[in-house]
Amino acid sequence: MSAATHDHADDHGHDHHDHKPGFVARWFFSTNHKDIGTLYLIFAVCGGLVGGVLSMIMRAQLMHPGGTMVTNGQTWNTIITAHGLLMIFFSVMPALIGGFGNWFIPLMIGAPDMAFPRLNNISFWLLVPAFMLIMAGLLLGDSGPGWTLYVPLANQNYQPGIGMDLTLFSLHLAGVSSLLGALNFITTIFNMRAPGMTLHKMPLFIWAMLVTAFLLLLSVPVLAGAITMVITDRNFGTAFFDPQGGGDPVLFQHLFWFFGHPEVYIMILPAFGIISHIISTFSHKPVFGYLGMAYAMVAIGAVGFIVWAHHMYVSGMDVDTRAYFMAATMVIAVPTGVKIFSWIATMWGGSIEFKTPMLWALGFIFLFTLGGVTGIVLSNAALDQVLHNSYYVIAHFHYVLSIAAVFGMFAGFYYWIGKMSGRQYPEFLGKLHFWVFFIGVNLTFFPMHFVGLAGMPRRYPDYPDAFAGWNYIASIGAFVSGFSVLIFLLVCYKTFTSKVKLADNYWGEGATTLEWTVSSPPPFHTFEELPRIR
Amino acid sequence: MSSDAHATAAPISSGLKQPYHLVDPSPWPIIGAFGGGATVLGIVLAAHLGSYWVLTIGTLITVVTAFGWWREVIKESRTAGVHTPVVRLGLRYGMMFFITSEVMFFVAFFWAYFHFFLFPEHVLGTETPMWPPMGIHTFDPWHLPMLNTMILLLSGTTVTWAHYGLLKGNRGTMLTGLGLTVLLGLSFTILQAVEYSDAPFKFAGGGIYPSVFFLATGFHGFHVIIGTIFLLVCWFRAAKGHFTPARHFGFEAAAWYWHFVDVVWLFLFICVYWIGGGEIAVH
Repeated sequence: MSAATHDHADDHGHDHHDHKPGFVARWFFSTNHKDIGTLYLIFAVCGGLVGGVLSMIMRAQLMHPGGTMVTNGQTWNTIITAHGLLMIFFSVMPALIGGFGNWFIPLMIGAPDMAFPRLNNISFWLLVPAFMLIMAGLLLGDSGPGWTLYVPLANQNYQPGIGMDLTLFSLHLAGVSSLLGALNFITTIFNMRAPGMTLHKMPLFIWAMLVTAFLLLLSVPVLAGAITMVITDRNFGTAFFDPQGGGDPVLFQHLFWFFGHPEVYIMILPAFGIISHIISTFSHKPVFGYLGMAYAMVAIGAVGFIVWAHHMYVSGMDVDTRAYFMAATMVIAVPTGVKIFSWIATMWGGSIEFKTPMLWALGFIFLFTLGGVTGIVLSNAALDQVLHNSYYVIAHFHYVLSIAAVFGMFAGFYYWIGKMSGRQYPEFLGKLHFWVFFIGVNLTFFPMHFVGLAGMPRRYPDYPDAFAGWNYIASIGAFVSGFSVLIFLLVCYKTFTSKVKLADNYWGEGATTLEWTVSSPPPFHTFEELPRIR
Repeated sequence: MSSDAHATAAPISSGLKQPYHLVDPSPWPIIGAFGGGATVLGIVLAAHLGSYWVLTIGTLITVVTAFGWWREVIKESRTAGVHTPVVRLGLRYGMMFFITSEVMFFVAFFWAYFHFFLFPEHVLGTETPMWPPMGIHTFDPWHLPMLNTMILLLSGTTVTWAHYGLLKGNRGTMLTGLGLTVLLGLSFTILQAVEYSDAPFKFAGGGIYPSVFFLATGFHGFHVIIGTIFLLVCWFRAAKGHFTPARHFGFEAAAWYWHFVDVVWLFLFICVYWIGGGEIAVH
């Protein structure tokens, strides 16, 4: 326990001794939410880079029909599997939940740390062996069922190798990590808010993280059960999903998507929270309809649990079931619309400042809306008969994830990097990064709608000549986005070598949450004396 | 109202020193994480290559981590001023949400069960859809399963009796009640093992019924063993006088966990053994 007892005024700016532990204790045995958040962010960048390299390989192969880079279907499937799992579990989730969640939940609610600091650290470190196992699965080349892990493709007949089991167990470790993180976040938010901060006064990022944590808590154990059954089917002779023993592969789809659908909200909700703060800060106005925004996220989270089978329209479900899941899915557009319109209303009449984080936030709103609209198209069980497993689906979920969730990550990065590091990011390079990435991802994913509608199926390393034109453009777009990552790395370099020292609240009056009342970077321990919320 | 909901830019101190527990750096999380990694790698190596040494090392590291980590927690709980009332409330939240996640883990197995029990047409490869599948004989629910139900229900009362003794400051009652609970937990596990060895169906290659039956009851049995160990640790802590009538969350957490295990069993007994039972196997 730290004996540090600063006067609160001392926490601002100048010299204070932080009582940081030595290097090994600080970075390997950490119990500090800021340090663990930093570890998560570094990890997420690494995971994203590996996943990104895999995208470049895929787009290089698909640039022309008859590509010769990856011709083996199993290798191809292993690459798409690793790409999906790496981006979800080892990049987006560690960045948005582990990174920004750890850094800013305690700072925004005025708490000195997380509720269970040791548990926080094991949540991070479990990801490291999980990452090793999934990389082993990738390099062995025998784990190619796609990120959805569908049986029979994931069973012992089609993926007989050791790599498939390593990938499944990697998800077990990542799942335990998420679960422990989730219960830590919920306890922190319920138990450690500063005096006066009622639930209805919590910043929207905290609401977003609270809903996210509940989704994780309730959905991840079901995935754990499902992959346990795959593992026992593969190795120990059970027959959950094996028709020869009376089992049913569709059961796996139910269990997987009962996790999988909340999972996609787990990736987007933290971004919702970040975007709300950025829009409000740079419009110099409070968020429009605060309570509506908060309960819209609660509604999205709750309804997210009862729509899972819209991923399974072609699995042979009867028409009444499909009608229900179609209706329930479309209902989600209502709270999502509340959020979109409230963001626009927040900007309405504000004095808007187009700093880099604001560009990312605006890009988020525009492109998330686009991905949401194609989601409504896909929610239609009749249309989905045609579009299922086509590039239209790829376009849809990359608009909401690769674009929206990742835009949320970068928005959070530019918004908070000054707070986290105390250094100024280069404004011009940040904007350049935005525009190059914006153009790159749109060039990549917009044409996929066209080839998808024309019938190009996903998960093949080749395609008929008819799809050549749009695929060529998509590959060019992928390389443009790949180039933007280099700009991002340059931004990081420029930021960390910057000499500009930042004030506590470098965004000015629009930024009203508690993290702007502590110095940039904050001292090792913040809020030794609790703040009071009016 | 909401328009200035989080307008708090000025750092107004409440004048209250923070009451939470800032934990010292600890080696256990990173050791435990790699122990967990070694354990799962070990399972894969054991299944594919028949080599058990990685699994053994991984399990050992995990067990040592559990021991070392909880030793730290127990030490802290006995250090004045660390486990303040608000920290103890946090521990309650934490345990509650952990049990919630455990419930969701069992939901997966009950889901698998109901997928076939309620909709026997999901049992593929048979001409006559029925549950249990054609040719499967099941346990008599009113034999060992009923005895086990009574044992677990009785253990629920003995753990409450122990709690009562603790609240009254009567360590003898506490230790007797807790000791009985541990013994009842052990007898449950032994009877389950007897039942498994008498099973009229076999686990590997036995088809869908044994798959669902053994994984659902097996994971329950595993949780009974964990709960028994938890209660046993509490017995030793009680004997050492770690618990007071006012402060004994370690014991309460064990009791909560035990009741959770108990309730899962009631669902298993009713849904799997009783209403989901078929033609009874004759020994």
